Amino acid sequence: MKIASIALASLLLLSASASAEEPVKIGFISTFSGPSGQLGQELLDGFNLGIKSVGGKLGGRTVEVIKGDDQAKPDVGRQLADKMIESDRVQIITGINFSNVMLAVAKPVLDSGAFIFSVNAGPSQYAGKLCNAHYFNESFQNDTLPEAMGLYLNSKQAKRVYLMAPNYPAGKDFLAGFKRTFKGQIAGEVYTAFGQLDYAAEIAQLRAAKPDAVFFFYPGGMGINFVKQYAQAGLTKEVKLYGPSFSLDQTVLPGMGDAAIGAYASAFWTEDFDNPASKKFVADFEAAYGRVPSPNAANAYDGARILDAALTSIGGKIEDKAAFRKALENVKFDSVRGHFRFNTNHYPIQDSYLAEIVKDAKGRPTMKKLELIKADQADSYASQCNMAAQ
Amino acid sequence: MDVALFTEQLLNGVQLGVQLFLMAAGLTLVFGIMNMINLTHGSLYMIGAFVAAALFGHTGSFLLALVIAVPATALAGALLEAAVLRHFYHRGHLDQVLVTFGLILVLNEIVKMIWGAVPVPLPVPQLLSGSVTLFADVTYPSFRLAILGVGAVVALGLYAVVAHTRIGMWVRAGASNRDIASAMGVNVELIFSLVFAAGAALAGLAGIMAGPINAVQVGMGEPVLILALVVTVIGGVGSIKGAFIAALMIGVVDTFGRVLLPPALGSMMIFMLMAVILAWRPRGLFPVHG
Repeated sequence: MKIASIALASLLLLSASASAEEPVKIGFISTFSGPSGQLGQELLDGFNLGIKSVGGKLGGRTVEVIKGDDQAKPDVGRQLADKMIESDRVQIITGINFSNVMLAVAKPVLDSGAFIFSVNAGPSQYAGKLCNAHYFNESFQNDTLPEAMGLYLNSKQAKRVYLMAPNYPAGKDFLAGFKRTFKGQIAGEVYTAFGQLDYAAEIAQLRAAKPDAVFFFYPGGMGINFVKQYAQAGLTKEVKLYGPSFSLDQTVLPGMGDAAIGAYASAFWTEDFDNPASKKFVADFEAAYGRVPSPNAANAYDGARILDAALTSIGGKIEDKAAFRKALENVKFDSVRGHFRFNTNHYPIQDSYLAEIVKDAKGRPTMKKLELIKADQADSYASQCNMAAQ
Repeated sequence: MDVALFTEQLLNGVQLGVQLFLMAAGLTLVFGIMNMINLTHGSLYMIGAFVAAALFGHTGSFLLALVIAVPATALAGALLEAAVLRHFYHRGHLDQVLVTFGLILVLNEIVKMIWGAVPVPLPVPQLLSGSVTLFADVTYPSFRLAILGVGAVVALGLYAVVAHTRIGMWVRAGASNRDIASAMGVNVELIFSLVFAAGAALAGLAGIMAGPINAVQVGMGEPVLILALVVTVIGGVGSIKGAFIAALMIGVVDTFGRVLLPPALGSMMIFMLMAVILAWRPRGLFPVHG
């Protein structure tokens, strides 16, 4: 009897310690192939570096990151998430970069009881009515940077602004975000075909409209085409370009080269942020991957460090979902972005800055931080979120 | 739209057309003469741009990059033809599409392995970085004028070679009847290899000229390939003249469609134009074979 109970006790002890040794399992779904393939790599590199920066563990537990390529397709993302939840038993899904993929993936993941922890995609739906106890976004809500640029151009008393974006949902969202805060006149609002190569015709129309400024959102290769052609049309000095940092960050700046010099971006983080966490991040990233990081990589780096800080505060027990949620909501960590906290809707409250594209000491185009546009900027959907009802 | 703006948009349309022509010329030659659907034409465009960007990065001279990258692309094309594509001339179009589509994926990955996923810089050459005042209110970027010039020279050169030289005669003979042409002593194999290499050189040239105004990145060839296929089909497969006229039409229609029509309709214009032309002339504007 005694021996049996000792055996039982030691068995319990063993299984308890075994569960403590179990790795934290994270499903990293992102776009690794196709024209947007570099974005997934940028996020994963930042995330892995973030894990490395806290000693290779999260909250003292080993980590297993399972990578999946959504090919920028919502259905593929959904299948990957189902597989990761059911057979790999991941506790967190992260990495998703496209909002439409996020919208397809989030519901089944949240229904299964796992956490969505976004380091990039920030659809408005989950910031507002669909907000969820297990859904966290630590990067940004899509509308916030265009809203910040609207505020900035108000402060500069820009009267007539010309808007350009690709004709797809995010393009319309970004221009809508800008129009929400901008009080001046819209001199033109042009949507071009997604993936368009040549913008000469639109640029000629733009020049004829004689605006004070241009606000544009063109991700990836489209942005490179547009900015290069805008510079060649000789407009860069006459009518300044303004955009969210996604259109002017290190995923596209090397391809734009000098054409981007003198453009302005609204950003939550730039390469020259002057805090110790950011300086260490930039130096480590360049040493590890041989390139300058983008704000996307910075967000993903922060993401890993948020998970570590939250898990550390609850002794690594990710299995206690209520405690983990609370730990995330109140997380304290050294963000590369300086000020950061979660809003009631689990989206960030952070500072937005104006940045100018300049050449760094090595002649590479980078974002240079200028003035603070808005401190503690929250998104416009938080009031629609009733987290208590969750 | 006033006269100055109209003129500028017309120039934009013609310039876009000429750019498409550079791409479509090689495609239509290979398609028409060898009856080979070559989707890797877009990859050769990409290779031309990447090689030029690399050379520009090392030497700082756009002209040098151009002079070396064009033959380098021709060489890449010749290797591709000798190693893989030669064995598909006699196969059906579906086989050709499959193998060349597979090659697109392979070549994209190879380029990514060499140059990485981040787009590489290829700026406008210093000499052509400004704008030229053409008349009164119309200023136009010099580099786009240069593209116009290069396109015009290539069009004239191709026309002269194909229509007025002995090699051109062999090419046309090989195209219209391969067996008889070889029986008459024409080395058709060699001619085809040369045509393929020349097509590759043109694709490379198109890629290099597009580099300073477009993103030099993995997969840059595919969207252009689609437009070039539209041009080839409208112009009549195998016809250089057809490709030239169709490319100008597409350029002008696309430019004005984008400016004057709502976005969804504007980006459909060229495909609607293709549908109308094919309904009227199913073999394109200038069919080569009877």
